[in-house]
Amino acid sequence: MPNPSDRRYTKDHEWARRDDGRVTVGITAFAVEQLGDITLVELPAVGTQLRAGQPFGTIESVKSVSELYAPLSGRVAAINPRLETEPELVNSAPFDTGWMIAVEPSGDELEQLLDAAAYTALLQDAH
Amino acid sequence: MDELKTTPLIAAHREAGARLVPFAGHLMPLQYRGIVAEHLAVRQSVGLFDVSHMGELVLRGGGALATIERLVTNSIASAADGQAVYTPICNPAGGIIDDCVVYRQRADHLLVVVNAANVQQDAAWFRAHAAADCSVDDESEQWALLALQGPRALATWCALAGPALATLPRFRLAAAEAAGVSCLAARTGYTGEDGFELFCAADDAPRLWAALLEAGAAHDLQPCGLGARDTLRLEARLLLHGQDIDATTTPLEAGLGWTVKLRQKDFIGRAALLDQQRRGLARRLVGLELRSRGIARAGHPVHDGESETSLGPRIGQVTSGTMSPSLKTAIALAYVPLARAGVGQRLQVEVRGKALVAEVIKGAFLRAATPPPPSAPAARARERSS
Repeated sequence: MPNPSDRRYTKDHEWARRDDGRVTVGITAFAVEQLGDITLVELPAVGTQLRAGQPFGTIESVKSVSELYAPLSGRVAAINPRLETEPELVNSAPFDTGWMIAVEPSGDELEQLLDAAAYTALLQDAH
Repeated sequence: MDELKTTPLIAAHREAGARLVPFAGHLMPLQYRGIVAEHLAVRQSVGLFDVSHMGELVLRGGGALATIERLVTNSIASAADGQAVYTPICNPAGGIIDDCVVYRQRADHLLVVVNAANVQQDAAWFRAHAAADCSVDDESEQWALLALQGPRALATWCALAGPALATLPRFRLAAAEAAGVSCLAARTGYTGEDGFELFCAADDAPRLWAALLEAGAAHDLQPCGLGARDTLRLEARLLLHGQDIDATTTPLEAGLGWTVKLRQKDFIGRAALLDQQRRGLARRLVGLELRSRGIARAGHPVHDGESETSLGPRIGQVTSGTMSPSLKTAIALAYVPLARAGVGQRLQVEVRGKALVAEVIKGAFLRAATPPPPSAPAARARERSS
């Protein structure tokens, strides 16, 4: 699955996309491929303050538990309600309906993240 | 570190795009299409597993039966030729050093399938306790083992090999031939479904594997890896040695009392197990279904309490746990004190500092949709009675 160029990426395989005043956050297709079938996504409560690079939740697949890292600092404005009962959306549409949280950013960290070309290059270098 | 072994099917796995992982000294397929898809294929149609990493120890000679009777807790002497028996292998303290299936081909020819991680240790243990007229050969490298499992396993097999095995009862074995390959077919498995385990020469495995894939295409056969094998066996509440049972746990604690013939024969560990039975169990392995949102996994502590807010005293530990793909509920096995092991008991599992409420449930988490033909009544009585 190509990495859409309408958003930014972290080396921890999260994506972040500006949607009006908020930033929507999810994990990349590469991350999902590595994790396998997602069985549980634990997300923070709305209102939680996030710090860039710090864990904000966990994602569990059949075989593993992984932490989710905040790509940027800010306040959690929304969480994807469908993931509570349909965690498999992260597998089927990681860049779309499998999104995780929406953040009201407190700074301009988004612009410092990798663009799609740089992230795609990072994946290729790792292989 | 020793180099990883590969099974005779490694080329087929690579070609099929399997994700390969080290497991018990072998490079094995973890998954092909995905663990959940493979799991559901076995519950709904049919799956094919390469389990050639499993060990095959062969006992031959007039002393074979006496040797195995001393080594295992279940009774092989009271089984018929052609019968398979699941049994723990205990040390003198009653701890489970491995579990295995003994395939009684004849009284003087026993095929013992043991866990891959324990083959060498088991072979040494068997040899140390073998009667003079009993040879113990580790034939693990010579044999391949395929498991064809699921409600359409029989239809898949019959499409390839004809109807000869259709009436083979559960836990029975027979010589068979498929795709020109001679094999030993047993109505056994590790998924809780009907199906067969097929032993063939290592060199024949690619041919048998390819023929089963082809015959299974009409039945939605899915090649399956160790990931699905683990979730399937846990739903069926089949134990995993090294995780749910090991040398620090006894068959009585693990709920395997039905495999321990304390009154019927002598065996290594009997005195310790008789003593444990007399004193009463301190703890027992229980099945848990989580009532809180979350997943219990091996190693998570179990606490005495029923609230989601504060953890009670620690009383045990989870040995296996997963999100059940069939039930969509988190399920687990855990050792807890006997007083907290009753069906319906509520307990807490500690997951990353949080308390998740779990309930002790009875028996297997899931029962097969299509059970295999039952064993003959006499055989069943021998299988289950203790």
